[in-house]
Amino acid sequence: MREKKTHEAYCLGIESTADDFSVGISTFNGEILANIISAYMPEEGGIHPREASRHHAEVASKVLEDAFAKAKIKPQDLSIIAFSQGPGLGPCLRTGATIARALALYLKTPLVGVNHCVAHIEIGKLKTGAIDPITLYVSGGNTIVAAFDSGRYRVFGETLDIALGNCLDVFAREAGLRQKVGVPFGAMVEKFALKGKKFVSLPYTVKGMDTSFSGLLTAAVNLLKHEQCVLEDLCYSLQETAFSMVTEVAERALAHTEKREVLLTGGVAANKRLQSMIKAIAEEHGAEFCVVPSEFAVDNGAMIAWTGVLAYKYGIVTPIEKSFVRLRWRLEEVEVPWINRN
Amino acid sequence: MDKPQLIKKGAEASLYLTDWHRRKVIMKKRLPKKYRPPILDERIRAYRTIHEPQLMHEAKKAGVPTPTIFMIDVKNGMIIMEFIEGKQVKQLLSDAVENVRRDLCIKIGELVGRLHNNGIIHGDLTTSNMILTSEGKIFFVDFGLGEKSRELEARGVDLHLMKRALQSTHFRFTEECFAAVIKGYSRVLDAEAVKKILAKIEEIEKRGRYVSERHKDVMYE
Repeated sequence: MREKKTHEAYCLGIESTADDFSVGISTFNGEILANIISAYMPEEGGIHPREASRHHAEVASKVLEDAFAKAKIKPQDLSIIAFSQGPGLGPCLRTGATIARALALYLKTPLVGVNHCVAHIEIGKLKTGAIDPITLYVSGGNTIVAAFDSGRYRVFGETLDIALGNCLDVFAREAGLRQKVGVPFGAMVEKFALKGKKFVSLPYTVKGMDTSFSGLLTAAVNLLKHEQCVLEDLCYSLQETAFSMVTEVAERALAHTEKREVLLTGGVAANKRLQSMIKAIAEEHGAEFCVVPSEFAVDNGAMIAWTGVLAYKYGIVTPIEKSFVRLRWRLEEVEVPWINRN
Repeated sequence: MDKPQLIKKGAEASLYLTDWHRRKVIMKKRLPKKYRPPILDERIRAYRTIHEPQLMHEAKKAGVPTPTIFMIDVKNGMIIMEFIEGKQVKQLLSDAVENVRRDLCIKIGELVGRLHNNGIIHGDLTTSNMILTSEGKIFFVDFGLGEKSRELEARGVDLHLMKRALQSTHFRFTEECFAAVIKGYSRVLDAEAVKKILAKIEEIEKRGRYVSERHKDVMYE
């Protein structure tokens, strides 16, 4: 393996899979110099891919500028450009990819396409010191329980329909809550849940290692619409039920793989109640509980930059003509040669 | 053997090997989970403790070997059942040569077919829930996540989960094993039913989450 003088090498990572546009800069040693995130916030409703991609295009130059200023480096100092190649929303991914290609061509640097889910795990490991964890990745777009085995991250469990974060978001929207800057729907549900007193029975769906949230969401929304329950109790019950489901699946994966660490990441990882549940199962099985700090648990450019470094060190580059975005790129399709365990 | 000996601490339940009226038995205990609210915890444990033995009994009637149930104690989430001496298919499958692996999978597929034909969904068809005895019988265990259903959706998910389990544990020969499972399955269900199920599995895999399959479709278009 040819290695550069590491302290001189930097990677810029662009993340744009969904509603966030973010640019991160990492050294080849994993020091994160910048991680600027700009969130798209729809007036109402969910994420419209085209509207979100428009936001990304509008803020891109400012976010890039801020990142360079924060890292105190010039574009010419970059050794590689990494970008989130998938999975995600087409228009959003394409905006990020276009910017990445343009930068790489202009600066004459190699381009590295990174899998968004792999990046979440890698930045989690970097920031918490976890080495070989079971990862529970819960966000607005993903609900995955994964662990490394034989060259790849294997998916042990995932949702059969909508993501956990999506379930909470849609419920909050149906309840008429309005998202504010810095206060995502999940945080609102969490706040209401703290005031909940009565546990309302809702559908609990675990199938094998997989979960399903759509029936749970429908039941909760129906109870709310027919005014059979108060919002606080429903938020509490929805959280308890949904979190118990992912915790059960994570515990089963932990028991099955006998790993020594549990890593919690994704936007929903910020929820204190979920943290306490996952911590409980980690302790039960003598494993260490690791939660990724919020800034690096949500979608962010730093994770793309760092994963780009890891891949590049193992000779992985993405030629421009093969840098098309991969909307449905599965975690387990990606080889991760930088992990070597037998 | 005086004291119950813990043989497996699963996530959902702990299995103990113990003596019960001079029989070697498995005591399956669903211990309370402190992470979830007591009401939900009791609901889940009681539901599974009642339904698991019912499904195992039904499975036996359908011609699928399962351990005999001796006693259940709903309040304590406990089931006492026959101890099956044998090897986990999970280990056997990894070590077996190709034709042995194939025959095992065909046999498994046949048993899954019998379950489905009789309206039983196992709910957790992993190779660690199958035990091969020295007489060559395959016992199915752990029906805790099972249900009674004749719906195509439930059958499709059941088989789909089996495929996923093969992918995570036996990733080197997932395709070959699953093809053999379907071959065995086809011996029990008629061609029309199998065709429908395969189409259903394909549909489930296209539901956004199982994404690469959908990607393939796009490329063929």
